[in-house]
Amino acid sequence: MQATGLVKRYGQVTALDGTDFELLEGEILAVIGDNGAGKSSLIKALSGATIPDEGQIMLDGQPIHFRSPMDARKHGIETVYQDLAVAPAMSIAENLFLGREILKPGALNRLFRIVDKKKMLEEATRHMQDLKIGIRSMKQAVETLSGGQRQGVAVARSAAFAQHVVILDEPTAALGVKEGNMVLELIRRVRDRGLPVILISHNMPHVFQIADRIHIQRLGRRAAVVNPKNISMSDTVAIMTGAMRPDELGPEMLA
Amino acid sequence: MTTQSPPNPPLERKSLLSRLPSSSILGPLVALFVAILFFATQSDRFLSGQNFSLILQQVMVVGVLAIGQTLVILTAGIDLSNGAIMAFGTMVMTKLAVESGLPPLLTIFLGVLVTTLFGLLNGALVTRVKLPPFIVTLGMLNIAFALTQIYSTGQTISGLPPALTFFGNTFKIGSTAVTYGVVLMLVLYAITAFVLSETAPGRHLYAVGNNPEAARLTGIPTQRVLLIVYTVAGFIYGIGGLLLVSRIGAGDPNSGQTENLDSITAVVLGGTSLFGGRGVIWGTLIGAIIVGVFRSGLTLMGLPSVFQTLITGILVILAVATDQWSRRKG
Repeated sequence: MQATGLVKRYGQVTALDGTDFELLEGEILAVIGDNGAGKSSLIKALSGATIPDEGQIMLDGQPIHFRSPMDARKHGIETVYQDLAVAPAMSIAENLFLGREILKPGALNRLFRIVDKKKMLEEATRHMQDLKIGIRSMKQAVETLSGGQRQGVAVARSAAFAQHVVILDEPTAALGVKEGNMVLELIRRVRDRGLPVILISHNMPHVFQIADRIHIQRLGRRAAVVNPKNISMSDTVAIMTGAMRPDELGPEMLA
Repeated sequence: MTTQSPPNPPLERKSLLSRLPSSSILGPLVALFVAILFFATQSDRFLSGQNFSLILQQVMVVGVLAIGQTLVILTAGIDLSNGAIMAFGTMVMTKLAVESGLPPLLTIFLGVLVTTLFGLLNGALVTRVKLPPFIVTLGMLNIAFALTQIYSTGQTISGLPPALTFFGNTFKIGSTAVTYGVVLMLVLYAITAFVLSETAPGRHLYAVGNNPEAARLTGIPTQRVLLIVYTVAGFIYGIGGLLLVSRIGAGDPNSGQTENLDSITAVVLGGTSLFGGRGVIWGTLIGAIIVGVFRSGLTLMGLPSVFQTLITGILVILAVATDQWSRRKG
């Protein structure tokens, strides 16, 4: 997935000032940036939540325009929002297929949109097992799960339906150390299944643990894309805050 | 979350009450049985087929209204206007049949159409103008009541053609007389239960009530769902009106005033949460029957009717408190 020259203005404020973006196949790309850098606006443009004023987005080399988040979903881009978008009183299986329920076959069933609960339960179990998420019953209400398990359900939902990209917005933000690590492991498994992941995070240690490349957003533009293996955390933060200029980076630090 | 991690320990330590699914009707069912057992000991006329048929007949109007109320409350809304809308519907049905001489089936259709349109108006104000359901239906309560009085000029319409009172007729099962209206009520409950539990739109309704933002983000047309819910509720209030007409044999412009809150009582006693997204429609039927059982039992015990109001009030508070308590323990 690529984007060039994205511009987004909100009245007097320019959130994106010609941002470029590139996501390579099979990678985990972390997007970091201070508040006001345009991180959220960039992700909203890529996930279809906002329409950029200028610039172009391309998927597999083809230019695309998203008019809504549903549009992005149809193109195989799934987004997991910070508040997870789950209905707590409903079961895991139901949440996995929320809005995309599997209907029973047959003309009469389709007319009344009768849901195939058994099939949804089987598929939900299969998806969760594929990602090695150890929850016993898909009939459990989501509210009975811990924060990390809920995040797992949301990530599993996006991985189940995504065809091209999974976007995760601060997936480990509300989690403790152990659960945060479990979610990172889950994200690795999603990538290993062939889905590239865009990860937005403020958590530098987590970013350095799993990202293949790091996109640093600053003042509405892409300041640099760095290789976490060859750059220190402090240098990365320095670029992010402007304490260091991108041209001060050695070539081996860039990705 | 890996397969090596221990099983979810907190689930094992929870008490029995909170292990029940959050939309269980076990509570209301137990309450109903305890009430029946109690009143059976107080009067030997209580536990008879005839008495139960009478109880069901007494609750059938509120029971039907409460179906629409349940749908609205499941979306985290509330409808304070249902009794008044129903009353207007009954005036349309009866006045057109008796004074304008229109065929009864047509007047029934028009009456239900009118209540459905009221429902649609409620829904439009909630979804398009984005007003809170409490405010919208509070306003509509007054508007519908006033329109009923104006349209009827305060006159009760009697001398109804038999077609309008059909659902008040009875048929026999053994030695017990069963009212057609009660059968219609039960059929409506069954249909609603099926739609809510087995169809995608039914599941979407729960999602919209439980977390409207999540519903929106997953592609559910939340505004359309809400509009449909209020409109369908309006339709159901029209059916309730037909049952009312068949029970009292007249079109009374002052009817429907207690049904507004009674329908909410039935929903709450049935275990449906006022915060939306949780509840089983059969619970509402049990809630309505509980009120009917108390009314019948207290009357047979010779207590003044004001005690029914007192007990109902206590029951509502107990029902909500039990629900909160079991949720907090979980």
